[in-house]
Amino acid sequence: MGGGHIYRIIEKERLSDEIVKIEVEAPLVASKAVSGQFVMIRLREGGERIPLTISGCDPERGTITIIFQEVGKTTLDLGRLKPGDSILNLAGPLGRPPELKRFGTVVCVGGGVGIAPVLFRARVLKELGNRIISIIGARSRDMLILKEEMEEVSDRLYVTTDDGSLGQKGFVTDPLRDVLSDEQVDLVVAIGPIGMMKAVSGVAAEFGVKTAVSLNPIMLDGTGMCGSCRVIVGGEVRFACVDGPEFDGGLVDFDALLLRNRRYLEEEEISLKRARGCESHEKAGSSKAYQELR
Amino acid sequence: MRKQDPARRIRNFDEVALGFDEDEAVSEAERCLQCPRPWCVRGCPVGVDIPGFIRAIRERRFEDGIRIIWEKNALPAVCGRVCPHEAQCEGLCALSRGCSRYLTEEGKARIDRFLSRSNLIHRRRRPVSIGALERFLADYAAANGIRPLRGESKKEGRVALVGSGPASLAAAGELSRMGYSVTVFEALHAPGGVLRYGIPGFRLPKEVVDREIKQLEEMGVCFRCDVVIGRTLTVEELLEDFDAVFIGSGAGTPGWMGIEGESLNGIYSANEFLTRVNLMEAHRFPETDTPISVGRRVATVGGGNVAMDAARTALRLGAEESIILYRRREEEMPARKEEIENAKEEGVRFELLVAPIRYIGDENGWVREVECIRMEPGEVDASGRARPVPVEGSEFRMEVDTVIVAIGQRPNPLIPMTTPGLELGRIGNIITDEDGRTSKEGVFAGGDIASGAATVILAMGAGIRAARAIGRYIEDRRKQRSDGKYVSKDTYTG
Ligand SMILES: Cc1cc2nc3c(=O)[nH]c(=O)nc-3n(C[C@H](O)[C@H](O)[C@H](O)COP(=O)(O)OP(=O)(O)OC[C@H]3O[C@@H](n4cnc5c(N)ncnc54)[C@H](O)[C@@H]3O)c2cc1C
Ligand SMILES: Cc1cc2nc3c(=O)[nH]c(=O)nc-3n(C[C@H](O)[C@H](O)[C@H](O)COP(=O)(O)OP(=O)(O)OC[C@H]3O[C@@H](n4cnc5c(N)ncnc54)[C@H](O)[C@@H]3O)c2cc1C
Ligand code: SF4
Ligand code: FES
Repeated sequence: MGGGHIYRIIEKERLSDEIVKIEVEAPLVASKAVSGQFVMIRLREGGERIPLTISGCDPERGTITIIFQEVGKTTLDLGRLKPGDSILNLAGPLGRPPELKRFGTVVCVGGGVGIAPVLFRARVLKELGNRIISIIGARSRDMLILKEEMEEVSDRLYVTTDDGSLGQKGFVTDPLRDVLSDEQVDLVVAIGPIGMMKAVSGVAAEFGVKTAVSLNPIMLDGTGMCGSCRVIVGGEVRFACVDGPEFDGGLVDFDALLLRNRRYLEEEEISLKRARGCESHEKAGSSKAYQELR
Repeated sequence: MRKQDPARRIRNFDEVALGFDEDEAVSEAERCLQCPRPWCVRGCPVGVDIPGFIRAIRERRFEDGIRIIWEKNALPAVCGRVCPHEAQCEGLCALSRGCSRYLTEEGKARIDRFLSRSNLIHRRRRPVSIGALERFLADYAAANGIRPLRGESKKEGRVALVGSGPASLAAAGELSRMGYSVTVFEALHAPGGVLRYGIPGFRLPKEVVDREIKQLEEMGVCFRCDVVIGRTLTVEELLEDFDAVFIGSGAGTPGWMGIEGESLNGIYSANEFLTRVNLMEAHRFPETDTPISVGRRVATVGGGNVAMDAARTALRLGAEESIILYRRREEEMPARKEEIENAKEEGVRFELLVAPIRYIGDENGWVREVECIRMEPGEVDASGRARPVPVEGSEFRMEVDTVIVAIGQRPNPLIPMTTPGLELGRIGNIITDEDGRTSKEGVFAGGDIASGAATVILAMGAGIRAARAIGRYIEDRRKQRSDGKYVSKDTYTG
C-alpha cells in the first residue's frame, strides 16, 4: 500500500571493517539534497526508521551517497544488502539546509564515520570559494576513511589517530588548537562522535570562532511530529529533525544529548544479538547439523 | 454494545468494542422514533441522513443503509468508531434529552413537546446508538463486498493532496468521484495520518484503515508515501504539475509544558509513544526493530482522547500502574465519554485537579519522580470550563518511571515554513475561507492544519468542502481558458 518508488542500491563499497558506502537511486531526493541534510530509511516491513546523512548526491544519475557505520541491527542489515537490492522506504532530504556561502577560511573537522559528511561539506564550501583546512581523526589507521579524498579538497589536511598508527597521535583538538592560534578562521564545521563535537566547539569558542555541529539524536519520524529527537540548544528544546540537525555547537547541551542517546541500550543489545544471530544463521544455514539443532 | 472483558483486553491490542450483530442492530434501530424534523442530523457535522439509514437497518436493507451514509461520509467504519457521538448526533437525539449537556433549554422544551404530543415520552432512556449502527453498516459492507459506486465520467484535471489523514482521504474520495485524477503525498511510509499513527488498534483496528485506503486506491486515487512536501517537493512545484493543491498536513507538532526536566529519559510526547506502537509496532519488539520502554508506573498528563489512548496503551505494554494527571475535573475532560469509561474499567487511575510542575531524574538521566501541584476550579474561562487555579503549598511528589505528555498538538510548521504567500493564524495554522481556499491561488487547506487539533469528522467535512471548491475552481479556470489553450497537467514525473 502507498506503494512507491524503488530505492535501489546501485553501488556498494566497504571503506573499512565497519564502514560501508552505498549509492542509492532516489531521483527526487537527489535533485533537492544539499550538504547537511539527511534521509530516513526503513529496510523492510517491521524495520526501524533510521536517519542517515546524505554524503553526496548526483542529480543527473538520480542517486545519493550514504556512508554508514555498522553499529547495530539496522545498520548491519543495511550493510548486508548488495547492489541490485533495494531499500523499502527512503524519505528526504530532511533537515534545515545549513548556510552555505563564502565564509573565508573554514576548518572542517571529521571524526570516524563523520568524515563522510564533512567531505561533502568541504567540497561544497571549496566550490563556493572558501579556503579549507581539514582535520580528520579515527581510533586507528584502518578505521580512518576517505583520507585521499579529503587531501584532494583541502588546502591543508591534518590526520590524527588515537593510537598514533597514522598521522599525529592524539585527538583532533590538538591540531585544531594550533590552527586556531596560527590563523584567522571564520568557521569551524565539526561532525563526528558527540564527545568530539563537544570538545571541538569548546576549543573553537576559546578563540571566539563559531562551530557548526551536526547532532545525531535518536529519531523516529524525522518530520517534526514526535519529539524523540529533542535536543537542548541555548537552553531551549529544539527538534533536531526540523530545526537542525545542524546547530551552533557553542549553544548545544552535549551532555544531555549523550544521556538521551542511551535510552534504548538494553533493547539495542537484544536487537544486535538477533542481527548477529542471523549472520551466523546465514553462514551456518546450509549445514545439516545446524538445521537439526533448530 | 458488547465489549472485550477488561481483564483480558489489557493483555492484547485487539479491538475493545465488538460491534452489533444483525439482530442487535435491528433491535437498536427499532428504538429510533423517526423524528419528522430529526435532531440528530443537526448534530452531525456532515449532515448524514441518520433516520434514513436507521430505517434501512430496521427493514434489513443493509446495502441501502450504507449507501445512504456514503452520500455524506466516505469513512463510516472510522467515524462509527471514533467520532464523539455523545457531543454530536447522539447528544441531540430526541431520546437523549435527559443525559445531554449539548442541548439548549429551548431545544429541550421543543423535544419535550414533540414527545408528549406523540405519546412517546416513556421511550426516553438513552439516545439511539447511532455511532454503533453506523459502524455496523460499514463493517457489513466490508464483509459483504459492497463498494461505493464508481465516479462519474473522467474529468480533466489533476489534484495533489498533501498528507493522508482524514481531511485528505475525504477530499480524495470526493474528488475522484467527481472524476478528477488525485495523488496523495504522505511524508511517512504508510498512509492514514492520525488514524494510522495516533489512534491505537484497540479502538480503530489498522485493518479498517487499510480497507478504507484500499477502497480509495480502487477508485483510482494514487498514494505516494515517503514524500515530504516542503522538502522532497514544494507546494510551488506541485502547482506546476497539478491544477490545484490541497493541504491536509494535520496538527502533528507535540506541545510541551516547558517545565524542568521535560527532556529526561522516560518522558515521551504522546505522539512519540503512540507512533512507536501504532506505526512501528514496537509492542512486537524484538520481532520488529523499533524499541519502546515502559516502566512499572506510568503517568500520562492530559485529559483528551490522546491521553486516554496513551494511558491505555501503557497498560497493554505491561505497566503495573497507569495514572492520568489532569488539571481539571472529570466532567471537563475533552475525551470521548466511552473512552473514559473504558480506561476506568481497565484500571487506569485518575488523579484529577493536579498538574505537574517539574520532573526529577536520577544520575543516568531517567525520570524518577514528578512533582505536582493541586488545582481548584476557578472562574469560568473562554472554553466555558472552570479555569484551574493552583493551590499554594499543595505540592507533592509521585514516583514514576515513565511519563507521557499529552497536552495537545500544534499545526505542523514544515509547509507554512516552505510555502511563500500562505497567510497564517496565531498558532501557525493556515487561514482559509469556508471552502478551504487559502491566500494562495490554487492552494486549499483543511483539517487540523487549518483548524488546529480537532476531530476526524471535522477534518473530513473540511476535506469534502474543499474538494467541491477545488472542482469549481478547476472548471472556472477551464472556462476562462476555453479558447483551447488550456492544457491539463498530466505530465507529472516522480
Ligand atoms: C541526522 C542524523 C544523521 C546520521 N547520519 C549518519 C550517517 O551518515 N552515518 C552513520 O553511520 N550514522 C549516522 N547517524 C546515526 C545512525 O542513525 C545510527 O547509527 C543508527 O540509527 C543505528 O541504528 P542501528 O539499528 O544500526 O543501531 P542501534 O543498536 O539501534 O543503535 C546504535 C546507536 O545508534 C543510535 N540510534 C539508534 N536508533 C536510532 C535512531 N532511530 N535514530 C538515530 N539514532 C539512533 C543510538 O545512539 C544508539 O545507541 C545519523 C543520525 C542522525 C540523527
Ligand atoms: C492519539 C489521538 C487520538 C485521537 N482520537 C480521536 C477520536 O477518538 N475522535 C476524533 O474525532 N478525533 C480524534 N483525534 C483527532 C483526529 O485524529 C484529528 O483531528 C484528525 O486526524 C485530523 O485529520 P487531518 O487529516 O487534518 O490530519 P492528520 O490525521 O494529522 O494527518 C496529517 C498527515 O499529513 C502528513 N504530513 C504532515 N506534513 C506533511 C508534509 N510536509 N508532507 C507530506 N505529508 C505530511 C502527516 O504525516 C499525517 O499523516 C485523535 C488524535 C490523536 C493524536
Ligand atoms: S433524533 Fe434520535 S430518535 Fe430522532 S431520528 Fe435521530 S436517531 Fe432517531
Ligand atoms: S524525529 Fe520525531 S520530531 Fe524529530
